[in-house]
Amino acid sequence: MLEIRDLHASINDVEILKGVNLTVNAGELHAIMGPNGSGKSTLAFVLAGKPTYAITSGQVLLEGVDMVGMAPENRARAGLFLSFQQPMEIPGVRLDQFLRAGYNAIHKARREEELDVLKFDRLLTRKTKMVGMEAALTRRYVNEGFSGGERKRNEILQMAVLEPKLSILDEPDSGLDIDAVRIVAQGINQLRTPQNSVLLITHYQRILNYVQPDYVHVLINGRIVQSGDKDLALQVEAEGYDRFEAKEQALDLSPSCPPLPKGEGDVSPSLLGKGARGLG
Amino acid sequence: MTQTLATQEHVYLEAFRAFQRNGAVHDPAWVQALRQSAMDRFMELRFPTARRGNEEWKYTDVRPLAATPFPLPSSANAKPAPQEVRLATFGERTWHRLVLVDGQPAPDLSSLNGLPERVRVMGLAEAVTSAGDLVQSHLGCHAAHQSEAFAALNTAFLHHGAFVHVPDGVFLEQPIHLIFITTRGQQAAFHPRVLIVTGRDSSATVVESYLGLDNSRYFTNVVAEVALGRGSALKHYRIQRQSEASYHIATTQVNLTANSSFTNGAFDFGGGLVRNNLNVLVAEEGSNCALHGLYMPTGDQHVDNQVIIDHQVGHSDVKEVYKGILNGRARSVFHGSIIVQPHAAKVNATQEDKNLLLSPEAEADTKPAFWIYCDDVKCGHGAACGQIDPDALFYLRSRGLSEAAAKGLLVRGFAAGILDAIQVESLRKHVNSIVSARLEEWLGQEA
Repeated sequence: MLEIRDLHASINDVEILKGVNLTVNAGELHAIMGPNGSGKSTLAFVLAGKPTYAITSGQVLLEGVDMVGMAPENRARAGLFLSFQQPMEIPGVRLDQFLRAGYNAIHKARREEELDVLKFDRLLTRKTKMVGMEAALTRRYVNEGFSGGERKRNEILQMAVLEPKLSILDEPDSGLDIDAVRIVAQGINQLRTPQNSVLLITHYQRILNYVQPDYVHVLINGRIVQSGDKDLALQVEAEGYDRFEAKEQALDLSPSCPPLPKGEGDVSPSLLGKGARGLG
Repeated sequence: MTQTLATQEHVYLEAFRAFQRNGAVHDPAWVQALRQSAMDRFMELRFPTARRGNEEWKYTDVRPLAATPFPLPSSANAKPAPQEVRLATFGERTWHRLVLVDGQPAPDLSSLNGLPERVRVMGLAEAVTSAGDLVQSHLGCHAAHQSEAFAALNTAFLHHGAFVHVPDGVFLEQPIHLIFITTRGQQAAFHPRVLIVTGRDSSATVVESYLGLDNSRYFTNVVAEVALGRGSALKHYRIQRQSEASYHIATTQVNLTANSSFTNGAFDFGGGLVRNNLNVLVAEEGSNCALHGLYMPTGDQHVDNQVIIDHQVGHSDVKEVYKGILNGRARSVFHGSIIVQPHAAKVNATQEDKNLLLSPEAEADTKPAFWIYCDDVKCGHGAACGQIDPDALFYLRSRGLSEAAAKGLLVRGFAAGILDAIQVESLRKHVNSIVSARLEEWLGQEA
């Protein structure tokens, strides 16, 4: 599904991602954990194609197609979705109208059926019920006057409507109380299928109590320093990020740190095997 | 070094003399006297071309206009083609329409048969004789032709235009549409005059629209006087789509009496150099006024909105929101003044001007101001100039929308509040379609 090879990216000439390697197969949910400033959101934005970030080297393959240099809308049309950590207000733009425009743009690009207002409205109503969102919110301007929880749920709603192949969820749990985290997690679980994949970025282990990851990766200073199963998340929770930071510094000091070829080294989950966890 | 251009006031003086001898000789004496005094005053005031110490015209240079000897239009009435008329006569069939072509009433294009009894909508020249007393008690009494050169010039040539009277207690359901069409190849000066009088506890909607059929260089200098009776409500809209090579100077002078309500929507799409003076005098307590404006200049268009709300008395509400979407090398000016005179307590006023610059060469100058001489008031203002928010743009694109479509949505969203404030559905649709067409042209088809 997704293959990231030695990805280097920077913003304003400051390198943030310093060689990320990651493989996500269809149906898998990967969690990426890391402290503030480790490059988690940068990774999310770079994958989605935010123009302010520059990819300086490396590859990002979605179903074998290199997305580097691809416009964000084309990535969305190819099946990528980013749930924003801080979904913004868009004054004057109604959520239902904007979402129908996105839905139709994606479907048109795939030569699939576009929906008129009536049909889309039916779809949207169904999806709002699915993620437990008030349907009336979809007739409001995007996120205007939405609570923190409503904004996050709105992201999950959009994911439900657009049915992406790969969803990147950038801290869908941040700023939420535990009830809201459970509701968002429920939405994520409902949308998981054996065909689509999820990259869940989080600072805290908390949401992983409700969303079962197949793999957990720890991102420190722009590199994945350790990968493991969901126990790794518990370890992070118990010990904090200090130990991983020390490990990252050691990486930095090593005389040569060549990019790891696909499927090798401790940063690649493919070596870990699938373990005993099913995909539910 | 400032380049000096000879201003052409004498051309207007000569035209005025000819006009008094020929075209307007049959008007009542009081009209002729009004015109004469206005012409005298214009010759004293002259065009406001000074580039120093001229705060009112600081950002808008009318020297090219003043230096052009625009003649009065020839009396031959050009006929617009039926499809051109349809462009101008948007809205519902049930609207009451008064059409003026190149400054002159066109009865065959107008439709005023369905007017309720006692409601009067007619050409001004006709009204001066048939509704003399009422017209005389308002015409020239509100607009400041003693202090404003353009108002003086309009008053000097006051003849054709429109008169609307909604008598006491009448609720007019269908909008009155005053349509000013400028036909092809025009190079003249037009001075249309509008007078709108609403009676006590009446209600009406008046749409003024200005349409140019080509890109000729002409000069429209319109003055509208709007007098609201006590307890009356007027919705007043102005849609300006004249030639992008033309000069469009418009003065709208509104007089608010007790418990009256004035809603205004000002939409500028056309004009090369546009200056709108919207002056509201709050003469009695208990009125409220909501003013909305949207301007969308492109190319070398220049749009200047001056809005003055003068509270002689208190206990009134004002909400003023203007927005600009600028493309190309366009320039906009907003200068809002809300004046609260001493003893005008309990004024609740907000004013706001926001601009979205779609091009690095566009420029917006905005200056909302309050002049408050009274303590017991609640006033707030805001101004902003900015570009499309790149984060919002990315957000929309990440959902599959093309860049053009995403920009289109964001820009329309920016204007949404102004468009939503149009309380007449077919008018709102019409203005929306103009906005959409313009954005498609600027941003690409998908917008």
